[in-house]
Amino acid sequence: MSKGNSKRGVTRRPSKNSSGDLEFVQLLTPQGEPIKHPDYSVNFTDEEYRALYRDMVIVRRLDAESLSLQRQGELALWASLLGQEAAQVGSARALREKDMVFPTYREHGVLWCRGLDPILPLKLFRCVNQGSWDPESHRFHMYTIVIGAHALHAVGYAMGVTKDGKVGSDDGEAVIVYFGDGASSQGDVAEAMSWAAVFNAPVVFFCQNNQYAISEPVERQARIPIYQRARGFGFPGIRVDGNDVLASYAVTRAALDAARHGQGPTLIEAYTYRMGAHTSSDDPTRYRVDAEVEAWKAKDPISRMRAFLTQQQIAGPDFFEAIDEEADKHAIELRERVLAMPDPEPVSMFDHVYPGGSPLLDDERAELVRYLESFESEGVR
Amino acid sequence: MADTLTLGKALNSGLRRAMEENPKVLIMGEDVGKLGGVFRITDGLQKDFGEERVIDTPLAESGIIGTAIGLALRGYRPICEIQFDGFVYPAFDQIVSQLAKMHYRSQGKVTLPVVIRIPYAGGIGAVEHHSESPEAYFCHTPGLKVVSCASPQDAYWMIQQAVASDDPIIFLEPKRRYYEKGVVDTSLSLDQAYPLHASRVLREGSDATLVAYGPTVRVALDAAEAAAEDDNRSLEVIDLRSLSPLDLDPVYESVRRTGRLVVIHEAPRTLGLGAEIAARVTEQCFYSLEAPVQRVTGYDTPYPPARIEDEYLPDLDRVLDAVDRTFTF
Repeated sequence: MSKGNSKRGVTRRPSKNSSGDLEFVQLLTPQGEPIKHPDYSVNFTDEEYRALYRDMVIVRRLDAESLSLQRQGELALWASLLGQEAAQVGSARALREKDMVFPTYREHGVLWCRGLDPILPLKLFRCVNQGSWDPESHRFHMYTIVIGAHALHAVGYAMGVTKDGKVGSDDGEAVIVYFGDGASSQGDVAEAMSWAAVFNAPVVFFCQNNQYAISEPVERQARIPIYQRARGFGFPGIRVDGNDVLASYAVTRAALDAARHGQGPTLIEAYTYRMGAHTSSDDPTRYRVDAEVEAWKAKDPISRMRAFLTQQQIAGPDFFEAIDEEADKHAIELRERVLAMPDPEPVSMFDHVYPGGSPLLDDERAELVRYLESFESEGVR
Repeated sequence: MADTLTLGKALNSGLRRAMEENPKVLIMGEDVGKLGGVFRITDGLQKDFGEERVIDTPLAESGIIGTAIGLALRGYRPICEIQFDGFVYPAFDQIVSQLAKMHYRSQGKVTLPVVIRIPYAGGIGAVEHHSESPEAYFCHTPGLKVVSCASPQDAYWMIQQAVASDDPIIFLEPKRRYYEKGVVDTSLSLDQAYPLHASRVLREGSDATLVAYGPTVRVALDAAEAAAEDDNRSLEVIDLRSLSPLDLDPVYESVRRTGRLVVIHEAPRTLGLGAEIAARVTEQCFYSLEAPVQRVTGYDTPYPPARIEDEYLPDLDRVLDAVDRTFTF
């Protein structure tokens, strides 16, 4: 239990996640019942509803496969998205093709929705490269591991969008940056919000509040709900049920549209839960109780969407089975590709330090080559 | 065409020309717009190029570099001003972990042509955090390039070359030399100007070699002049100009002739540029050396109160003492 540090015995903790009257935008109850919201709605076809479900099932399955690959020694580390599928898929599907994404290192679901090859983050976590995809190809920047540093990159990029004259109409571009409750304490995130406000940058701050920064509960990061911080910077903040894919979509779409129309930034706090460990190196049993995890299981993003699809007769058992099979197929393919992944050549470490190369590095590369060859000539390799 | 300009005005003119050459070039920093920067290096540029290209930023150094990275990702070429050397550290992560590494991490798919101008080093009688020499941190970071200009001619051309380069570049300006005058040949093209990452022999000599950069180049030249007049010694003076990468071939060539080397910088001695140069010269010129490489540097203290900075900063007498030492072996 975290304790309020308040003097005078006044507790000023934000409302706990277990409280039933938490204020957020929700379009789908944990039981899968649609509810109306005065400001937000979705207008999906049956096929689009099914597609959201498919995305979430596939990214969860790929995530589980990646975690087991780590457990089997094939990856150095894995940062699981388990429990955050709705926040990621809902927000990502709200993006337009030309919108730009700046992720942390857990946005495998967003990466999937942007159409990048799901093998790419596994290269990073297998340590064969450093997440070296082309940010422009799918408008999805590389992962950022230093917490919060990329929020400034997103704002700078968004300032560039404005300079290019690409805001102010329905044809405008928007930028979204993903980060977590822990990152909200970083100076770079605060600076990013100051700048975004001052320059009216077309950027959406999408904070997945998954309740923990490794072991530290969100109460250790903030004394007010995170979305309320936006007001201090001078732009709107809103909290959405991050386990509700429909609400995550609707809220993100509205914020992106406001940005592209020149109305400036929005902070979205997607209220969700990290069902797994922080990463494969973490042991959450040391800092949270089973009852809490169980309570969040009842709010699972996929089972609520499945209940919705069933109740609305949008999909039935055959569909769900087919999606599971498809997800398994993707997972097996992912596993095979990881196992077949070669290590990079040692001398490749010298590549791309500088755009124009470097005589110093040429010398050092030659030194390593000579050294490696000395083993071959001695026949000890 | 040749003009006589101060080093500061030469930078201003060089920045202006870089802005004219490429509409993607931006200037951003604290007080760089209306005020023209606290040293007036960007004077008049916002008036002529507008607030969209010369941006007065919030007072946040990490924000300056972080958003410059984002702008560079979008295709812009930002020139950031860090107001004083001692204020660069809030941006340290953005410089060494983000800016320096993104080209590498992306395996060449991303380039970040960002220039970070820093008025640096001491000698102006300033309060603390306004006189530091942080170059070693940046030279120690693969992915960054680091240069320092010592004359108006170099200031004018090196800033333009830095802006044209696709590398992230730390551009160190010796602030106590901003008001020194020199002839600037503005008629060259960027390619005709002396290369950005090359050191340069400023004075030829045969008895010992002095290597300096930034604010200590003037110190070295004065010392060589005094040595010629008073001691009848002929000292060669080399301006490093590029601190990363180092261009040491001219230094090796010189030391092979003179057998003696003195390296001069304001930064603290331990693990400073002088240490790297001494190691490399020892590797390359071992049999030519008549004496150990001498270092004349700031001491391994925080930058001292300015009332005693004259005793901290390398000056003519300390350089000549070091030269004398090289003749005692």
